[in-house]
Amino acid sequence: MISLAHYLIVGAALFCLSVAGIFINRKNVIVLLMCIELMLLAVNLNFIAFSHFNQDVAGQVFVFFILTVAAAESAIGLAILVVLFRNRASINVEDIGTMRG
Amino acid sequence: MLQQILFYAFSALVIAAGAMVITVRNPVYAALSLVVAFFGSAGLWMMLEAEFLAITLVLVYVGAVMVLFLFVVMMLDINIAVLREGFARYVPVAVVFAVLMMVSITLVVGPRHFGLEFVAAPPPADPDYNNTQALGRALFSQYLLPFEAAAVVLLVAIIAAIALTLRHTRQTKAPKPERQVQVQRNDRLRIVKMDAEKNT
Repeated sequence: MISLAHYLIVGAALFCLSVAGIFINRKNVIVLLMCIELMLLAVNLNFIAFSHFNQDVAGQVFVFFILTVAAAESAIGLAILVVLFRNRASINVEDIGTMRG
Repeated sequence: MLQQILFYAFSALVIAAGAMVITVRNPVYAALSLVVAFFGSAGLWMMLEAEFLAITLVLVYVGAVMVLFLFVVMMLDINIAVLREGFARYVPVAVVFAVLMMVSITLVVGPRHFGLEFVAAPPPADPDYNNTQALGRALFSQYLLPFEAAAVVLLVAIIAAIALTLRHTRQTKAPKPERQVQVQRNDRLRIVKMDAEKNT
């Protein structure tokens, strides 16, 4: 039988992968956004696993809200990205340091 | 047995696709791998009897969010070579960090604390159990206020995305409604009075 630990470990592996992705793709804003999506996916997997094993539907409700907020976040993030590319002709994180003191 | 095969297949799919997302050169392939990762997670969620959310993940994420990602990736003309600079330099740090994190998380959530003997597997749901109905019941009674707040969040996101990407140029040919409604008859129409002429 598949235990709760199995699902939690899959979620943890996905989360660690996306953290590593943020480290190694730290110049490409698009891939950074995709890594954030992966992180949220890992968290959602944990929520649903706990919801199933505790027989409580509240975890699924939370996943519903996380999906909503993640969709809003990626829409605004991509809009910012488009504006950034229009003004700078680049999506390199290193080029976005103008506000640095 | 079948459940185990499905679990390991979907998990391998998700993790392999996640690894592809962070390592492939081309952002288009990264986005497509992310789609595969979403499909694999939808399978895992289906195994956890969260049918509504699994379908929502495919419809909303693969159908809308990932299409948006692909749209933006293909619209922007990106120089990948510059963005890949220093890729190899950060790989060792990332691997060390990820392995450390993975080990420490596994120590906490591993089988020693969340194995079957601590958290028993729930019995399979009744044939007439309706996940969508159960979720809807919770969403529209106990969580009604957060649900409305989520709707407001989506509205704010729509307005923000439009306001951010709208171009304010003088070259648009669109008419100005505020001037259109102020037009008087005399601005447009001139009545000319002239005598009828006799045909010679």
